[in-house]
Amino acid sequence: MIVAIASGKGGTGKTTVSAALASIWKRPVLAVDMDVEEPNLHLFLKPGSVRIEPVYLEVPVLDKALCKLCGACAELCQFKAISLMGAHLLIFPDMCHGCGGCMRICPEGALQKGQRELGVVETGMTADGIPCLTGRLRIGEAMSPPLMGKVRQRMQAMAEKEIRDIIIDAPPGVSCPAMTAVQDADVILLVTEPTPFGLHDLRLAWQAFRPLGKPMGVVINRAGVGDDQVHSFCQEKNLPLLVEIPFRRDIAEHYAHGGILPQLDAGMKATFEELAERLERMATEGVGVSHA
Amino acid sequence: MTAAPIQRIAITSEGPTLADLVDPRFGRAGGFVVIDLQTMATTYVDNGSSQVLAQGAGIQAAENLIKAGAQALLTGHVGPKAWAALRATGVKVVQGVENMTVGEAVAKFQAGAFAFSNAPSH
Repeated sequence: MIVAIASGKGGTGKTTVSAALASIWKRPVLAVDMDVEEPNLHLFLKPGSVRIEPVYLEVPVLDKALCKLCGACAELCQFKAISLMGAHLLIFPDMCHGCGGCMRICPEGALQKGQRELGVVETGMTADGIPCLTGRLRIGEAMSPPLMGKVRQRMQAMAEKEIRDIIIDAPPGVSCPAMTAVQDADVILLVTEPTPFGLHDLRLAWQAFRPLGKPMGVVINRAGVGDDQVHSFCQEKNLPLLVEIPFRRDIAEHYAHGGILPQLDAGMKATFEELAERLERMATEGVGVSHA
Repeated sequence: MTAAPIQRIAITSEGPTLADLVDPRFGRAGGFVVIDLQTMATTYVDNGSSQVLAQGAGIQAAENLIKAGAQALLTGHVGPKAWAALRATGVKVVQGVENMTVGEAVAKFQAGAFAFSNAPSH
């Protein structure tokens, strides 16, 4: 079972919920931080013996001696990674999406395989034996989905080797990185807050993820602030509101010290156990789940 | 400066005439007014094909400029990739041109009031 914890809005508590769920999960679980632009799940799960491995994207390198300036590669490239400027073929490796088409169609074999570092993949293990997997985008790298693709490959290999459920901490937003992060999930958990901003972005997330046909549920964080529009929205869209995390100073303090919520008190532990159970039910009931 | 004198220059522009304002953007410019300095005849190159690109607008704009046969460019700012593309073909670039009409920019260029840039602006 794979659960992706997503949100439209940033800062709603995705990582808080991901870390909490991983810590009380009943079966073996793998915790994955897919927010490769600013991974932070490790701050809470604190994995040790972290192995760091750079990962690369295949990009073209020009052999000028072989190029006859036909321009076929430049015409094929949809991302302006190759440009034919008069009598010069220019390659801009950081624009390349790594499709490999240019190398395949070059009639002269003038484009060779080079590589661009996307970032690193980090693997480690928490004190409680939860394996953690993180992608970390190279500073200056503009595209996160290619690195996320490498993290997904590693995730699948790790989960297959020893049967494990997976908890994915997704990036915020609803563009390519967020879509990439949730595509493997059996259930998508949307974390929001009961404010107009929270509602606005929750609606975007719901709209973006709905075509995937996966069951979705909502966690309201900082319950007690704002208004009840998020509740109304969930009701209207038949989106199950799974649990609420109250807006409390002791919770904020615990979090600020890197604490995991189920360890704060019995109430929090019960909240996340209930959340885990409800997610499991949603996953087994499958697509088009009837909302309790 | 042994090269032949520059005959065709392009100015990033918000519209097709000398009375239109210089568009300080290069990659996302509305278009280019290309002027022949001997005849003062102008043509307009629409840059819409660059404006719609998610990435690589500067490179596309440089391609459009080369196709128009410009030997120099007057604009506000040129990014590093467009800069590399323009320099590869020897196009000279004046940056920092803004808040004036295309006609005013051409007059200043002819009066020698502009210096060519040595580097992209960002």
